[in-house]
Amino acid sequence: MATNGVMLLIGTTKGAFLASSSGSRSRWQVSTPQLQGHQVYAMAYDGRDGRQRIWAAAQSFHFGSVLRSSDDFGKTWSAQENATIKFPADAGVALKQIWQIAIPENDLQLMYCGVEPAALFESRNAGESWSLVKGLFDHPDRRRWEPGGGGLCLHTIIPDPEDQNRIHVAISTGGVYRTEDGGKSWRSRNQGIRAEFLPNKYPEFGQCVHKIAQHPSAPNRLFLQNHWGLYRSDDGGDSWKDMANGVPSDFGFAMVVHPHEPESVYILPLESDQFRCVPEAKLRVYRSRNGGRSWEALTRGLPQAQAFETVLRDGMATDWLDPAGIYFGTRSGKVYGSANGGASWNLIAGGLPPITCVKAAVIGQSTTARPKPKRKSAGKKRPTRARPRR
Amino acid sequence: MPVTFRLPTYLRPWAGGQREVELETAGPTIADALRSLAERYPALLDRVLTETGEVRQHVNIFVGDESIRYTGGLATPLPTKALVHIVPAVSGG
Repeated sequence: MATNGVMLLIGTTKGAFLASSSGSRSRWQVSTPQLQGHQVYAMAYDGRDGRQRIWAAAQSFHFGSVLRSSDDFGKTWSAQENATIKFPADAGVALKQIWQIAIPENDLQLMYCGVEPAALFESRNAGESWSLVKGLFDHPDRRRWEPGGGGLCLHTIIPDPEDQNRIHVAISTGGVYRTEDGGKSWRSRNQGIRAEFLPNKYPEFGQCVHKIAQHPSAPNRLFLQNHWGLYRSDDGGDSWKDMANGVPSDFGFAMVVHPHEPESVYILPLESDQFRCVPEAKLRVYRSRNGGRSWEALTRGLPQAQAFETVLRDGMATDWLDPAGIYFGTRSGKVYGSANGGASWNLIAGGLPPITCVKAAVIGQSTTARPKPKRKSAGKKRPTRARPRR
Repeated sequence: MPVTFRLPTYLRPWAGGQREVELETAGPTIADALRSLAERYPALLDRVLTETGEVRQHVNIFVGDESIRYTGGLATPLPTKALVHIVPAVSGG
């Protein structure tokens, strides 16, 4: 793997694939299947502290879910017996699936995993051992969370880039929860988010949030793709406002923010919850460059007929090169990429198993060396607080 | 009491690559024998049982030719020199 190249981590229902390219991102080499036969719903790259470590959540249909890691870009994977994500005996529940692996860039050791049944796990030693975040697991709301279509999962983790005690998570269906004390206590943060499927359309919690996205330089601005509804928050999740201004559908899963433009957000709308394919069978990424006030379709290089495609909640990613790379993978096993922020797209891989997640890693530079954004944050400034490192 | 576990290919890495594991069980039931197996290979049991102590939904355990689902589950008594098969169910994709 060349330095300063890009590697896509592609999780599928039959294993993982690694697609690598130079910084130009014009030609891609796709690996043989990794962790073959396992469902891989979550992947992540840890480039902190000199590591070049790929993480994958590998689920055996028969024998459950384990975390695996590779320090040599998939040549070898960590031993399977290091299955360290496990509910404590007194929790009364069993791990079904690992949905998300989050690696905060402002700490060298901290990691999080979101799992099904909905819970958050934390590691303070770069993934060697894990513990259940009891503050969320013991939350009184938990008994009233209901499984969404994919199960009762904690699928999104947004560690605050400035304040290590502050984390947002999203649960289907529980909604958004936030801690400001490092996970000890949590509050639901769903004001303004609609729950189409409940008699009370604006409950305190119970929404089916599909994805939240945040730019590291604007931590108070959050974007949210709901099960029906597109929202943004300018107060760190305390309240949410509709931003579905000119999209063909406000149903969808995937959502990412441009790595250098905090106001630029990308989504991939689907027709409806009953027909989870792109509207009019046209594969269109929608981009807003003004924080959701208006949207434009990005179509160059994408099929505009007979494209009955679906992109899942973790199926879209960005790298942080300049110009930025934007990528997405479909349930029909195609990976598309754009090396110019979405202006044009190319097919990177086709014929893969159904894609569950796509993550992008810039190899050869520490993730903490990420370039600063081009535009200043519109979000409210907050004092920086660091959690003492243990 | 001696018991022999026969493991599927997938589980062998958890048991040092062995196809069969012979051990002395501390008690008369399959649950006792699984605990004895876990003493030797601690992570192996996590693949067979969930954290709540139930046999995973798509894993079958046979004592001789009988599935323990029909003989008392984890309380199934073991005969002398039992042969226990741990088998992935015919399911998956």
